[in-house]
Amino acid sequence: MNIYEIFLDYYQYFLRGTRTTIVVALLTVLLGSVLGCVISLLRLSKFKPFNLFAKLYITVIRGTPMLVQLYIVYYQLDFIPYPQGSFLGVSLDRVIPCIIALSINSAAYIAEVIRAGIQAVDLGQTEAARSCGMTSGQAMRYVIMPQAVKNILPAIGNEFVTMVKETAIIQYLGVSDLMYNNGIVVTATYNPLPCYYISAIIYLALNICLGKGLNIFERRLQKSER
Amino acid sequence: MSDNVLFEIKDLHKSFGNTEVLKGINETIRRGDVVSIIGPSGSGKSTFIRCLNLLEEPTSGSIIFEGQDITKRGFDVNRHRQKVGMVFQQFNLFNNLNVLENLTISQEKVKKVSHGEAEKRALELLKRVGLSDKADAYPSQLSGGQKQRVAIARSLAMEPDVMLFDEPTSALDPEMVGEVLNVIKDLADDGITMVVVTHEMGFAKKVANRVLFMDEGMILEEGSPEDIFDDPQNPRTKEFLSKVINVI
Repeated sequence: MNIYEIFLDYYQYFLRGTRTTIVVALLTVLLGSVLGCVISLLRLSKFKPFNLFAKLYITVIRGTPMLVQLYIVYYQLDFIPYPQGSFLGVSLDRVIPCIIALSINSAAYIAEVIRAGIQAVDLGQTEAARSCGMTSGQAMRYVIMPQAVKNILPAIGNEFVTMVKETAIIQYLGVSDLMYNNGIVVTATYNPLPCYYISAIIYLALNICLGKGLNIFERRLQKSER
Repeated sequence: MSDNVLFEIKDLHKSFGNTEVLKGINETIRRGDVVSIIGPSGSGKSTFIRCLNLLEEPTSGSIIFEGQDITKRGFDVNRHRQKVGMVFQQFNLFNNLNVLENLTISQEKVKKVSHGEAEKRALELLKRVGLSDKADAYPSQLSGGQKQRVAIARSLAMEPDVMLFDEPTSALDPEMVGEVLNVIKDLADDGITMVVVTHEMGFAKKVANRVLFMDEGMILEEGSPEDIFDDPQNPRTKEFLSKVINVI
């Protein structure tokens, strides 16, 4: 069987897996961004305990493998009564811990991206804003953040792309994402190589779309500036 | 204390780590004063005026502004800064906003002036610094001299009681120094109180009513421009002036 025939025979597996991968990736990116914002604010806070907590969080998350984090979250949070049933063919009590674990992971990286973007804005901008009587919150909102966003976006796009690919590990918890379904087809056909090519092409296509979307967003932002 | 006193600075010290930058400054600035601060680099001039709007927090000593000690704990720094305009060497215009918005944002967000009123005042000020045609431009589209004039207008928009200038012409190309100094001179002629750290000796001489010479964190000599430039007493002042005047 060549790659064509495998795809024609088993495409519904790949599509089903892709659907799950997209849903998990989207939710992770969303949740990870929100959590990442919070962590970065804590990291930039002058209040020592907040700052220390954020530093610790980032160190631990960046210093341990995501697969380990995934298992720890799954077993550690087993007391949470996740809703039963399934969403788009995925059982919720398995996919929710996955999304939590991936979000916790990406939040650490996103937090660092946001912090770097904010700190890259010239200190003189803050000084000027404060000299006009703005509070630090006002300076952040009206002067610093609008400029920081331009530094942050390209790097955060990178993080999103990474996240889409990293969702591949949720197959280890039996969530039927793209890689999980890929495994099913491999077992059914005894022909692994074409299956992996198909999956690679699907991941690539997803990330190309994501990249294009981010580009459009970036360009729009720049237009409003100049 | 008379009503005319704006700043009363007593034994002001400032250290960065183990380096003491200001070693006991005593100075009084009155309403209507145009004070020039001159001195070699590293003498603490900039640190001194940055202490006046608390961009630097003094290590010890006191600064009384309009009867209130601004170095006290719990003092409302943001209110103080509304009354003390600051113009920087590097202009520091808000890069994300156009010229008009640079002038209106603080009026609207800090002083809660209505949008229409803020814009009206901004346009008046732009006219005053000769940049009415640049209202819609972004900072990146302006020359250094234009940026600095906008920065001055931005400070004036808050209707401050005193303007601080931290080497306002040091980052400018030579041919743009004049346009900025003219604007500052006009403000001085209008009676606006100002403290100007400058390397422009001609400007200090012509516009200021008082000149302070600073070196190594202290005010070594002060007096009228005539006293300082024509008849300096302190040997360090003499040495400094001979160096900078000889260049010209």
